[in-house]
Amino acid sequence: MTDTAIAATRFGPVTTTRGESVAKRPDEASPGEPAPDEQPARAREIVFQLSDVEVRYSGVTAVQDVTVDIAANEITAFIGPSGCGKTTVLRSLNRMHDITPGAEVLGKVTYHGQDLYSSKVDPAEVRRRIGMVFQKPNPFPKSVYDNVAYGPRINGTKRSEVEERVKKALTQAALWDEVNGKLRTSALSLSGGQQQRLCIARCLAVEPDVILMDEPCSALDPIATARIEDLMDDLKNDYTIVIVTHNMQQAARVSDRTAFFTAEVDDAGHRRGRLIEYDVTETIFTHPSDPRTEGYITGRFG
Amino acid sequence: MATDAPALPKSFTKGSRPPGIIADRAFRIIALLAALMVLVILGLIAVSTTREALPWFREEGLGIFTDTWDPSKNSFGALGLIYGTLLVSGIAVVLSLPISIGIALFVTDVAPRRLRRPIVYTVDLLAAIPSVVYGLWALLVLAPPLANLFETVSDATAGIPVLKTVFGNPSASGKSFMTAGIIVAIMITPIITSITREVFATVPSSQKEAALALGATRWEMIRGAVFPHSRSGMVAGTMIGLGRAMGETIAVALVIGSSQRVTANILGPGDTLASVIANQFGEASGTHRAALIGCGVVLFVITILISMAARTVVTRTDRRSAGTA
Amino acid sequence: MTAQPMPLTRSARKGRRELKNAVATGLIVASFVIALIPLTLIVVYVIQAGASVFNLGFLTEDLPFSNRREGGGIYPAIIGTLVITGTATAMAVPLGILGGIYLNEYGGRSPLARFIRFLSEVMTGVPSIVMGLFIYTIWVLPRKQSGLSGFAGALALGCLMLPIVIRTSEEILKVVPDELREGSYALGTRKAQTIRRVVFPSAAPGIISGALLGVARVAGETAPLLFTIGIVSTANFNVFDGPNTALPQQIYINAGTFGGFPAAQDRAWGAALALILLVFLFTLVARIITAIYTRRSSAV
Repeated sequence: MTDTAIAATRFGPVTTTRGESVAKRPDEASPGEPAPDEQPARAREIVFQLSDVEVRYSGVTAVQDVTVDIAANEITAFIGPSGCGKTTVLRSLNRMHDITPGAEVLGKVTYHGQDLYSSKVDPAEVRRRIGMVFQKPNPFPKSVYDNVAYGPRINGTKRSEVEERVKKALTQAALWDEVNGKLRTSALSLSGGQQQRLCIARCLAVEPDVILMDEPCSALDPIATARIEDLMDDLKNDYTIVIVTHNMQQAARVSDRTAFFTAEVDDAGHRRGRLIEYDVTETIFTHPSDPRTEGYITGRFG
Repeated sequence: MATDAPALPKSFTKGSRPPGIIADRAFRIIALLAALMVLVILGLIAVSTTREALPWFREEGLGIFTDTWDPSKNSFGALGLIYGTLLVSGIAVVLSLPISIGIALFVTDVAPRRLRRPIVYTVDLLAAIPSVVYGLWALLVLAPPLANLFETVSDATAGIPVLKTVFGNPSASGKSFMTAGIIVAIMITPIITSITREVFATVPSSQKEAALALGATRWEMIRGAVFPHSRSGMVAGTMIGLGRAMGETIAVALVIGSSQRVTANILGPGDTLASVIANQFGEASGTHRAALIGCGVVLFVITILISMAARTVVTRTDRRSAGTA
Repeated sequence: MTAQPMPLTRSARKGRRELKNAVATGLIVASFVIALIPLTLIVVYVIQAGASVFNLGFLTEDLPFSNRREGGGIYPAIIGTLVITGTATAMAVPLGILGGIYLNEYGGRSPLARFIRFLSEVMTGVPSIVMGLFIYTIWVLPRKQSGLSGFAGALALGCLMLPIVIRTSEEILKVVPDELREGSYALGTRKAQTIRRVVFPSAAPGIISGALLGVARVAGETAPLLFTIGIVSTANFNVFDGPNTALPQQIYINAGTFGGFPAAQDRAWGAALALILLVFLFTLVARIITAIYTRRSSAV
């Protein structure tokens, strides 16, 4: 099955900007979901507002023209071919570029209305509230318990509370049943999928507001991936999630809104990323407005 | 987190003092100060030793480069000592270099892979033996038979023009430039081997395999693929070994014999900048002491120059090979 | 046209090449053997000569007043080596680790960090006797008689150790993957805390092993002690109070000044054996730590 066909199973046939149907319907029985989800009636509460954001590395623009609103309790996906700046934009949301030498973030990024890059803002506090899960699971070489307890301990949580937080985080990350009883064993002895869920638990233990995920499943097998996608669906009730993924099916499956990025080569031969289109996921995958978006999701490139 | 907009906690903005930021900055400063100790110590070494040695520089002036070291006459020309330092180090490097390269080649290209680690450990054990133990052994075990050997060599070359001066009157105890050179050679072998081995290990195996695939023998492969790639690394390793040899004090002090004149006779006694300090400092005072400290200054300068030269060689190769990578 | 196929047997020219190869290989193997000779000779001789002197008395009695005479023990020298080297380690290792942390975690490729790295390399090349002269001029001289002490020797040894510890610490820290640091920052941890709780614990075994190798090297140094610790014949446990002695110094004195006397020679061999055992012990422990550490981190 092609990617478009898969998208089609969730949203119906993909139409081009001129309204022609492009996808072939599979020969099997009609696809599962009958109709796209209804938009919730409540107003969207905006968590992040990016206006004309541009990120440069040592003076060279990596991504530009990024204007997007990210809403609470939604899963927003950044998709696009490699090198188009999705991860770069993600990392600007929790000021991870601060630790990259030579990186500059221009434009405005606000978080709950507050300018994230104002000099009055404490970057450590930013990262406590806006957590991140990385592409390759990176548990500390400590025990499972100590990994999850790390965040609360750093924040001075009392010892009695730490144990509760650890259990709660591991439960939320759907890992508790598997590690209960071996909390003191090394985190490195877990499987890849378990390690990634451990990293999610570690992130949840500091009780963040937002969870940023940078291609969290790309190093995992399909079964582990499916578990994490189920997890994300539960988590979005309590957290705001932004996920970068190069897997379109995944974006189609889990996200509420999708932002499509692509890379352009300018006259000087430099690759620059750019946000092309941002909309409700269903729209992006069924009737995108920009031909480049359509080209990507129909598999013509990328 | 609830769906209503959470009020941003006060700690979100830095305000007066976000938790932990002072400790964070303090740690950075402490770490920086620790690193700066290196600069401070080196600076102090340079300043304090030069200051103590000034009387010597002032009294002798350029005379420090003459061959007139004689405490009883209060004259301290250090040419003989500089010469001795160069001679002993020269002998040591000449003897050690082929052996070190041989061992490095043995480990990287000849010995079976399983043996590599044990061999490296063994050679490193040579490095672990303290200098004074080398000196003790050289004095009591090596020197006596060497004294006999020197007699034989000296007698054998008695008639040959150049050789009879180089292998002149041997010292009866065996304490000589040559003995010192031999023991220092043994002592610097581990360091030259280790550096050369690391350099040889960076030769891309693709190049080695290419040579072998063309039908080259192992030796031809070494000459064709390993040596050209490693030339500057070997030079750097040699320089570092040379620097170590020049600074070697105790073992040399025990077996060099203590004579501060320039002489071509390598079988006879001598002295080096480092060993004269060890041998004479105890009873020295006034200008004598200043002169000995001055020898330390000269030694300090020489070793710094060699360090810098070795480093330039290494960085120049890195730059060159980065271009060809 | 039929060409004769190249025989796979050896031709004359190839034979010469094979010969050169064999000779070269022979020389290479020979050089290894040659290197082994002094090593075995020295170790064997020290063990033999030293063991013949070793007995409980030798290790626990004080030095005789005159080195020419038989008897007595090297107990004061053992104590001296332990306390002086211990003090030097206590000063140089924490400073060195902090310096290495600065270079790798904060300095990076900045001009200051590169300069300090260069200076640190220069400092490893400074001859140990120059370190001894240095401490003599700035610590011992100004204090006249009371300057000679175990502490002065410890200062000199510490200066020798410092650049070694800085270099090995930096190298070990470099190997800690950046992903661990990122993971910690992403949880809102500040840099110093990240270093303390994640980076350093990861690097600790390697750093400790490197420090132990530095201690082993410095414990055997004689030259820095010659003009800084004076000499005693009874054990002095207090590094700050008055002169002291140490194993390398005793070996040097007994071999050098009194080398003609058999009693002194015996004493020197005994002290040499004690020193080598000490140094090898530290080296062995360092290697064991490295072995455990590498085995554990690769057993995932």
